[in-house]
Amino acid sequence: MSTSVLYDAPGPRARAVNLIATLLGVALLAWIAWVVYSKFDDTGQWEKEKWKPFLEADVWNNFLLPGIAGTLRAFALATVLALAFGLVFGVGRMAQSAWIRWLSGFWVEFFRSIPLLLLMFFLYYVQQPLGLEASIYWAVVLGLMLYNGSVLAEVIRAGVNSLPRGQREAALAVGLTQSQVMRSILLPQAIRAMLPAIIAQLVVLLKDTALGYILAYDELLNQVNKVGQLNNNLIPTAIVVALIYIAMNSSLSSFATWLEKFMGRRGHTAGPVGHADQLMPGGTAAAVPGAGVGQGGAV
Amino acid sequence: MDVIIDAWPKILDSFLLTLKLAVYSAVGSLLLGTVLAVFRVSPVPVLRFIGAAAVNTIRNTPLTLVMFFSLFGLSYQLGIVFDDEFIYKNVFWLAVLALTVYTSTFVCEVLRSGINTVDVGQAEAARAIGLTFTQNLRSVILPQAFRAVIAPMGSVLIALTKNTTVAVTIGVVTAEGVNEASGQMKSMMELNGDIVPLIFLVFAVGFMCLTLPMGLLTTWAARKWGVVR
Repeated sequence: MSTSVLYDAPGPRARAVNLIATLLGVALLAWIAWVVYSKFDDTGQWEKEKWKPFLEADVWNNFLLPGIAGTLRAFALATVLALAFGLVFGVGRMAQSAWIRWLSGFWVEFFRSIPLLLLMFFLYYVQQPLGLEASIYWAVVLGLMLYNGSVLAEVIRAGVNSLPRGQREAALAVGLTQSQVMRSILLPQAIRAMLPAIIAQLVVLLKDTALGYILAYDELLNQVNKVGQLNNNLIPTAIVVALIYIAMNSSLSSFATWLEKFMGRRGHTAGPVGHADQLMPGGTAAAVPGAGVGQGGAV
Repeated sequence: MDVIIDAWPKILDSFLLTLKLAVYSAVGSLLLGTVLAVFRVSPVPVLRFIGAAAVNTIRNTPLTLVMFFSLFGLSYQLGIVFDDEFIYKNVFWLAVLALTVYTSTFVCEVLRSGINTVDVGQAEAARAIGLTFTQNLRSVILPQAFRAVIAPMGSVLIALTKNTTVAVTIGVVTAEGVNEASGQMKSMMELNGDIVPLIFLVFAVGFMCLTLPMGLLTTWAARKWGVVR
């Protein structure tokens, strides 16, 4: 339903009400802007020296760019691993053998139901007792893999379930084996149909790399403390870093939105292009369009 | 095992704190999220802009950073202090504020998709009998929209419960200095390297005790009250 059907073309009274609402809205915006401005002014956040470092190469070369690199390093490896994990366990949940189905289902549900941060803490502190040299990087990457991989497994399963039954039946009828049907008929269509939902989940993954801050992984958010202490400009740095995060995440989400529209137009899959929430039975693993909220996901 | 038994009261306290964070933030984000959703579908362009700007900014910022901002930005710089006397109370409410603001953007988007499921005829009929925009929303659209999104809303609230662990960023504690669940688990793991998997299992089961009933409850509620179309 397009929202414009919620209200009529305004008459004189509605115009007056809308005008008052507009003024109130503007007043609200102005009030927020004024509070932020004056409080920041009181504490000297607008001083030139606090913002000047961001116009110079040093801060970028020594802190922000390495921070972005750290974030992207975790993001890239975790993405590859999570996709592989999601593919294996998503297919595992649809396997012929009940054992494999049950086992994959158990792990997927387990990793989806516990907070990612607990998983990362566990993966970090378990390394030393196992005789490994404790690595924060691997704790972050493996945590991201297990959690997001489990959500992706559900997305892939939902994609396969959304395909018309005739696809599988026809493939079996021409003599393909079960695994051939999955590999060459169902998965290619399912992945194509779920691509927007998969990318939406990758946005969640990218955002979750910031949890690495809590484990002191050297990613973007950690640079806030370093730069802030060096130049005594914690708040300006936090604002710059927030803008970088917003730019990275929203470009990835708008890519997902664009892809959805593009594929909707091309329409070369048998299944509907869509989000996990519309396709998953009972909606238990609902994903917010464009946001990728898993079951208790990384909202 | 002795370690777990000795720490049992503390573990319960930490989960109680987690639960408190979740409940207050859930109430706050449902209210704020509804306001944002109303803003986003309203006939006033300025309100639509405020809603869209808030949602797109906050949803694309990591929760860890929102948490960081609420302590260092709001409290230290803007001087928003909830409790002058006790620091732990101030930090608790800042964490609730951060979780509320962050989660409300997701509540808003879920609710908006719920509004989209309501049949066009419903809104048209409401307009035809002369209801204004607010009357239309209050008595026709929103009741149906809420019932249509019970299950996804449950997912958002489950996610919120799990996200309370991020409150460890700003060190949320009880009056006795016990951390919420993730901080408590971390300090136990630091002290007892030999039983890390056991400690993890205890806390994982603890979270399942919180989230699984919520999932079952919302599935049941969705079946009972959901709108069938």
